[in-house]
Amino acid sequence: MTNSFADYAKAKMIILVGTNITEAHPVASTFVKDAALAGARLIVIDPRRTDMVDFAEMHVPLKVGSDVALINGVMNVLIEENLYDKKYVDSCTEGFEDLKKKVMEYPPERAAEISGIPADAIRELARKMASVKPAMLMYTLGITEHICGVNNVMSCANLQMLLGNVGVECGGVNPQRGQNNVQGACDMGALPNVFPGYQPVANADARAKFAKAWNVKSLPDKPGMMMPTMMKNLTTGKVKGFYVFGENLANTEPDIKHVEHELQSAEFLVCQDIFPTETTRFAHVILPAAAWSENDGTFASSERRVNRVRTASVPPGDAKPNWWIFKELAKRFGHEWASASAQEIWDNEVSVLAPSMAGIKYARLENDGLQWPCPGAEHPGTPTLHKGGKFTRGLGMLKAIDYIPPAEVPDPEYPFVLSTGRRLYHYHTRTQTGRSAGINDLLGEETADISAADAQAKGISDGEKISVKSRRGEVVVKARVTKEIPPGLVWMAFHFREACANWLTNPVYDPVTQTAEYKACAVRIDKLR
Amino acid sequence: MSDTFILNGKETPYTPGQMILEAAKNGGIEIPTLCYLKGSTPTGACRICLVEVKGARSLMAACSTPVTPGMEVFTETALVHQARKLNVELLLSSGTHNCLVCEANGNCRLQDLAYFYKITDLRFEEKAASDIYPKEDQNPLIVRDFSRCILCGRCVQACNEVMVNRAISQGYRGKESKIVTGGDLPYHESECVFCGQCVEVCPVGALTEKKAKGLGRPWEIKKIRTTCPYCGVGCQQWLHVKDGKIVKVTAVEDAQPNQGRLCVKGRFAYDFIYSEERLKTPLIREANGEFREASWDEALDLVAEKFKEIIKKDGPDAIAGVSCARSINEDSYQMQKFFRAVIGTNNIDHCART
Ligand code: SF4
Ligand code: SF4
Ligand code: SF4
Ligand code: FES
Repeated sequence: MTNSFADYAKAKMIILVGTNITEAHPVASTFVKDAALAGARLIVIDPRRTDMVDFAEMHVPLKVGSDVALINGVMNVLIEENLYDKKYVDSCTEGFEDLKKKVMEYPPERAAEISGIPADAIRELARKMASVKPAMLMYTLGITEHICGVNNVMSCANLQMLLGNVGVECGGVNPQRGQNNVQGACDMGALPNVFPGYQPVANADARAKFAKAWNVKSLPDKPGMMMPTMMKNLTTGKVKGFYVFGENLANTEPDIKHVEHELQSAEFLVCQDIFPTETTRFAHVILPAAAWSENDGTFASSERRVNRVRTASVPPGDAKPNWWIFKELAKRFGHEWASASAQEIWDNEVSVLAPSMAGIKYARLENDGLQWPCPGAEHPGTPTLHKGGKFTRGLGMLKAIDYIPPAEVPDPEYPFVLSTGRRLYHYHTRTQTGRSAGINDLLGEETADISAADAQAKGISDGEKISVKSRRGEVVVKARVTKEIPPGLVWMAFHFREACANWLTNPVYDPVTQTAEYKACAVRIDKLR
Repeated sequence: MSDTFILNGKETPYTPGQMILEAAKNGGIEIPTLCYLKGSTPTGACRICLVEVKGARSLMAACSTPVTPGMEVFTETALVHQARKLNVELLLSSGTHNCLVCEANGNCRLQDLAYFYKITDLRFEEKAASDIYPKEDQNPLIVRDFSRCILCGRCVQACNEVMVNRAISQGYRGKESKIVTGGDLPYHESECVFCGQCVEVCPVGALTEKKAKGLGRPWEIKKIRTTCPYCGVGCQQWLHVKDGKIVKVTAVEDAQPNQGRLCVKGRFAYDFIYSEERLKTPLIREANGEFREASWDEALDLVAEKFKEIIKKDGPDAIAGVSCARSINEDSYQMQKFFRAVIGTNNIDHCART
């Protein structure tokens, strides 16, 4: 996030795009609701009628995957009607002429055709957005989980820069991260192209620095594979040894049948986890790990805040902290790593090697943690990025972006769009929430959420078991007939193995990030015979 | 010059619009409260915060009376204490306040006030058991014991003004008063989303965490601050720990980012770590496909040996790994260090995308 959660309750206008915030980030949603009750204006852009719509002055139920077209249409109006922040654009950004040329190809009428939002509503939306400053934009996976995920993200950034909303309190572009430490895993360099603190592996100076710190002669310079490529290469034989730490890939990745075939193909699969999962079934070695609250450490939240995690219980049996396991493995290759606790790892390595975290030490994290960048011991941390419209790269880049449809669109055989996500009571594949007493009683099984119109047309009643089928698989699942869903859409989660949406989802990826298109594939629904 | 008022004879500054309660607090005087919930509209329901204001005809509720310039406020007069004591006595008889069997024993504002006012006997007759709504114990997480509810309304404010879930409100009238969900249904059949914020703010034992029942009294508990393991908001939690086991979770007040709030997962989904199904020992798959238990040395030696073999035969890029977006930073750091510095490949990623 460019901004902080503390901004939410104070914001004057909030634009939610592709984020079912009350279920996926419940506490953050309370601050948005507080703001709305205090008079902030709220716009919800989402195919579903999410709970947040109750608080919104405008709901924009665009067609799944049409975000770029809609935003281009909005920007077209902003430029045509001269509503954008010219001063900000001139002094803080570059690329305006290219952007303008592109969005001129998207008059509201064309954007309307693609997005299903009437042209006048697009004009109204643009005018609303321009009427309050600053406005805060939040998004979640509704933006990223598309083959055009990167384009969607850049469109959000385009819009906020055009409105002059980046670099101010209560403004910005704010991706709310799904998992507690996705931010941290990125920050720590669990990515194929960067070391901790986003220092590129392709950079010789960075390599030299890390090689020295890690006491090795050299480090690989070629960026590695992203996860989908790794998995694909399990079947080609290019990847022989696969080490899965804490992920239940057999349920979380699109097209389960195929994923299991890939896992099955690994010559040697190591799983390090706290529970046996659908994925550990394929392992050759399973290593038992300590869980949350069984060791000390830190998480980094969506707002770049490094927070302490503390020990309350001891791990069961022989389970060990993950950092210890890696240290012990390294030893077997002749590497002696000095750090012998999470605190030593952070204080003596991470914060020494990552300049943006140089000022973050455990001693400073006792209360509310610190938000990076925090380059020095006295630095208070950074609640708002790009303050005053000053971007890391100098000027903010406006990018001309074209709409592309989802990889798989409805056709006569598979006439519905399936979109997927998370529900309030569970978390991902339920390895944790499913084992916390009481939670399963609140939500005990998956449903396929459909509109009343489609239910009626198909003669399906609420709670009836139906078949949902895609080109990749079929599940039998209870229908949940709800006004949240527009006609033509089916919505499911991936919490339960049975009827997991990922038996159906399409394994196609954004070319840059390799994020899968969980939000759109084609399915059919049928009454059971 | 800032505005001032006279607090117990002392000139004290205040900010215009401030209530007596907050202004007094800034001036170093704590006034007891029951119904007051910071950040919400004061309801003035409990009359525990009564103070004397010179010139006023009756005692005033400090939580809902704004300070005016030069106002003379007395917080500790005999009249004030008498009135507060009377209100505590009335509240004590408004239901069954049997502390011995109450989950809130030791963590109850009413109990504290009764003790402070040295109340040893009930002055008024307790409400008859037959006049009290039956306890609601059907949902898995929250117990509603109406015999202990003092109708302070904090839960209603937490639900409506803080979390804005709008699941509960003040229902019925007079003697029949009750905090109700829409249609007076039990929580699990209502709009309630089990954030438990009402439990967090209930000053007595009317709302309690079912899973914590009988697991530890407040004075036996150590509180440890930590960060929620679920979504990317990073809410700050207090783990209530007894004998090395988490018995319940509450929110850290005034902490960033959650400011005393939690959702159902952060508050109630903590006990997975005690599941019997946890992996407790390294496992190695046998030729027949079955897993058998192994020592750490054996398991780690095997992993190292296999990886060395693969590196020798196919090079380091034939090994790949995904780290965990749920585990701590330091674990991800170690894993990428292992892959880059030890194996010699950048084939390290995590599910940044789900
Ligand atoms: S648990 Fe949350 S939603 Fe339910 S009544 Fe209490 S505050 Fe309201
Ligand atoms: S349940 Fe608790 S918080 Fe709610 S009115 Fe009763 S005593 Fe007050
Ligand atoms: S308490 Fe809820 S909102 Fe807060 S971090 Fe945990 S899961 Fe997210
Ligand atoms: S705290 Fe003031 S009336 Fe209850």
